[in-house]
Amino acid sequence: MAAKKKLGLKQRYNLMTRGLDWETSYQPMDKVFPEATFEGIKIKDWDKWQDPFRLTMDSYWKFQAEKERKLYAVLDSFAQNNGQLGLSDPRYVNTVKLFLTGVSPLEYQAHRGFAHAGRQMPGVGPRIAAQMQSLDELRHAQTQIHTISHYNKYFDGLHEFRHMHDRVWYLSVPKSFFDDARTSGPFEYMIAIGFAFEYVLTNLLFVPFMSGAAYNGDLATVTFGFSAQSDESRHMTLGIEVIKFLLEQDPDNLPIVQKWVDKWFWRGYKVLTLVAMMMDYMLPKRIMSWKEAWEIYFTQAGGALFEDLARYGIRPPKYADVATAECDHVAHQNWSIFYQYTHAAAFHTWLPNSEEMDWLSEKYPESFDKHYRPRYEQWARMEADGNRFYNNALPQLCTTCQIPMGYTEPGDPTTIAFRTSEHKGDIYHFCSDGCKDIFDGEPEKYSQSWLPVHQIFQGNCGGADVEDVLKWYNMNLGADNLDQNVSPDQELWDEWQRQRAAVSSVAAE
Amino acid sequence: MTQLVSLTLQDTGEGRQIVEAIKQDNPGVDSLEMPGAIKLDRPDSLIVKRETVSEKLGRDWDPQEIHLTMVSMAGNLDEDDDYFALSWNR
Amino acid sequence: MRSHHERENSVSIDLKTLNVKPRRQTFGHIARRFGEDRPATRYEEGMLDVQATDHFHYRPLWAPEYELYDKRRTAIELEDWYVLRDPRQFYYATYNISRTGMRQAADHNFDFVEKRGMLDNLTPEWRAKVENYLLPLRHVAWGANMNASQICDQGYGTAVTAPAIFTAGDQLGIAQLISQIGMMLEGGTGEALDRAKDQWMTADYWQGVRQVVEDTFVVEDWFELFVAQNLVIDGLVYPLVYESFDAEGQKHGGAAISMLSEFMSEWFADHSRWADAVIKTAAKESDANKDRLSAWFAAWRDKAAASLRPLSAYVLEDGGDAAVDAALETLNARAAKLGLSV
Repeated sequence: MAAKKKLGLKQRYNLMTRGLDWETSYQPMDKVFPEATFEGIKIKDWDKWQDPFRLTMDSYWKFQAEKERKLYAVLDSFAQNNGQLGLSDPRYVNTVKLFLTGVSPLEYQAHRGFAHAGRQMPGVGPRIAAQMQSLDELRHAQTQIHTISHYNKYFDGLHEFRHMHDRVWYLSVPKSFFDDARTSGPFEYMIAIGFAFEYVLTNLLFVPFMSGAAYNGDLATVTFGFSAQSDESRHMTLGIEVIKFLLEQDPDNLPIVQKWVDKWFWRGYKVLTLVAMMMDYMLPKRIMSWKEAWEIYFTQAGGALFEDLARYGIRPPKYADVATAECDHVAHQNWSIFYQYTHAAAFHTWLPNSEEMDWLSEKYPESFDKHYRPRYEQWARMEADGNRFYNNALPQLCTTCQIPMGYTEPGDPTTIAFRTSEHKGDIYHFCSDGCKDIFDGEPEKYSQSWLPVHQIFQGNCGGADVEDVLKWYNMNLGADNLDQNVSPDQELWDEWQRQRAAVSSVAAE
Repeated sequence: MTQLVSLTLQDTGEGRQIVEAIKQDNPGVDSLEMPGAIKLDRPDSLIVKRETVSEKLGRDWDPQEIHLTMVSMAGNLDEDDDYFALSWNR
Repeated sequence: MRSHHERENSVSIDLKTLNVKPRRQTFGHIARRFGEDRPATRYEEGMLDVQATDHFHYRPLWAPEYELYDKRRTAIELEDWYVLRDPRQFYYATYNISRTGMRQAADHNFDFVEKRGMLDNLTPEWRAKVENYLLPLRHVAWGANMNASQICDQGYGTAVTAPAIFTAGDQLGIAQLISQIGMMLEGGTGEALDRAKDQWMTADYWQGVRQVVEDTFVVEDWFELFVAQNLVIDGLVYPLVYESFDAEGQKHGGAAISMLSEFMSEWFADHSRWADAVIKTAAKESDANKDRLSAWFAAWRDKAAASLRPLSAYVLEDGGDAAVDAALETLNARAAKLGLSV
């Protein structure tokens, strides 16, 4: 018998996984992997793929089980001790609402998408990495639902997250983003989600926002958030490996990959502008501004990344400069949209108080006092006069990103940007050059968009007036929607505070 | 432009000891402390060594255990039995 | 620090005196299924209705005839796809905790076998057979992993698709565990695995099995694939290999192999509970489903059983056919219990 050798990590991984696949001969390979070529990507040697984490299934189970034990211990303790009482401010809960209705269903979509990629890509290495990511993404969807389940017991706006995700006007923004990626071919999906979203953009959501959750006393959310992020590092590595692999395999892949990088950067960025609003307006205690987070996680980290990829001929995404310039405006413009449509949203809105406006002035010296403070002051006066501003017209939506057309021209924050394209005799509208370019690249795809406002006008959403539509969303009117200060959430919170004050004064005596 | 590699760890007992080990092995590393997390940045490369972390923790530490503490990273990864390293191509 | 401490204090006072009565117990989609607002389990909340059902924005470029999630991808029809419950009630956490426990037991067995040099007790002839029958099964498991991913991808409703990705993880874990056995047989190298792959690709007694596995890769109806893989192929291979072949091995010093493959026996029992529940529930819903499932079962059973006969004859020689017959009998009895006509 041969002498026993202690195997290193790399060797052990290679032996346990290498050669598991084979060249089929009873069925042709192009029938076994029917999606391997239609996107035009050329792969010469799948064995050149390396998974730097080299995680075997036994290690995967071990680490993931340990993470889950820790996470659920925190969740149980949070629920038992009514952790919601330790929040900084009840307004914070609205970020959790946007998260569960907008983000958690995307985690689920990622799970199914990576199952698809994990089946369709020839090659053991990327398949295993994709399957593990599919498992992880299911984890994220389920841990988020389990965490936020506790909030659902006490706060409004969470109880219909699944029903709403398929219907509500602003939730079609994240939904259409992921539907777009899921309906793409497996290589594009890997670039869209693995690279552009996971590597370039999700840090903006998970790191500063989750840190913000901790800062606002939400121990449950920060625990699932950071625990999910520990998987995300593996996903980011998959994302960067996939782009390097595609570019190394064949020079003909470069223009295809560059087009995907451009498209998915812009698609992902538009979705994340919702996070900009969460960071600048919805976290009562703030960690950093959207602009600061963009500087750290896009300009700095993305800069290093694209410098690294330059040797393959990849350039930074088109319109990255526009996104950077928009940092001064995008959170304010988004919050303004939701403030106007507070009656149609399943979370609460409010006007920033004077202290918060000072923070915004400090963080956005170029834009806030000039363009947005006056608007909020005007709305505050209207509110004080008993004339709170609601926008009762249905907004026009951008066909690509599906956000209401409320954004301004680059370099001109007082003019709304409008772009159009014609396709088969119909006119389509866009909020930006980035969104127009994406449509023009695949008009057959984007002309299919299920645009909520069009659907309402076509009578497909429960009825003709706004109230019918909101009921069709399963929205509890007067509870899920409208301003924070008139909400049952706030009333309950104030009641808890009154009781606590009474108890503390008794305890003090 | 300086290419920074980056590693963000959870601000936990074990996380802080790994940060100590990293600071010891990586001169010039910068740290940004956020609620719940610590972000470490360094030009070009950063290494987490099994030996140093094991010394700090007083037990044998497997670099794959970093999965339990890591929040985010930037850079190309190289992982083996004795280290977990991030770098940009020079 | 002090203020933090004070806050903790006040929270503990709150607990005793505050009215923190929940305003609702679970999510709307779950309460509607229950017919009342009562607390749901983590299995239920993490599974029920989690997949999107309506208003998909674009048709898949890779299958424009279907919506992203589409019931029409199988001929099986169910009024509600969430009837396909997993009796193990796995959600991600409980799945991983279960498997890490099973895998720890396997690691103990590996250590035990290695410390005592138990592989040396194998007779040389049986050792050669083990290499030829057991190690190529890593490819069968890899094929099963592909099929489980396919079912997760194409299936309808989280009730059945979530356990499918867990199964993909299981089958990968099994392929890797068999690889570890191969490495142990060869003193830590991959040479035995290379030879085993050669057997898989060229040995006569493997070609039938390889053909069946490759045929599953092109099955279009995911529920048919479910029957072919999770009921038929697993249902014949596991009893044949880990019971009949293993029993024969005992006569040739094969106790070590039983220990090293204990994980597979335990897993098969667990996996079958899920496969059975899914098929039984679908068959019960309508005669059309029952007929369809029965036809798929019979076709794959006949193909798979025939393909295993040469392998079984190689391992058990004269006893080969009887072992396949016994596995068939067990499988038929199982299918009959699930409501299929066999």
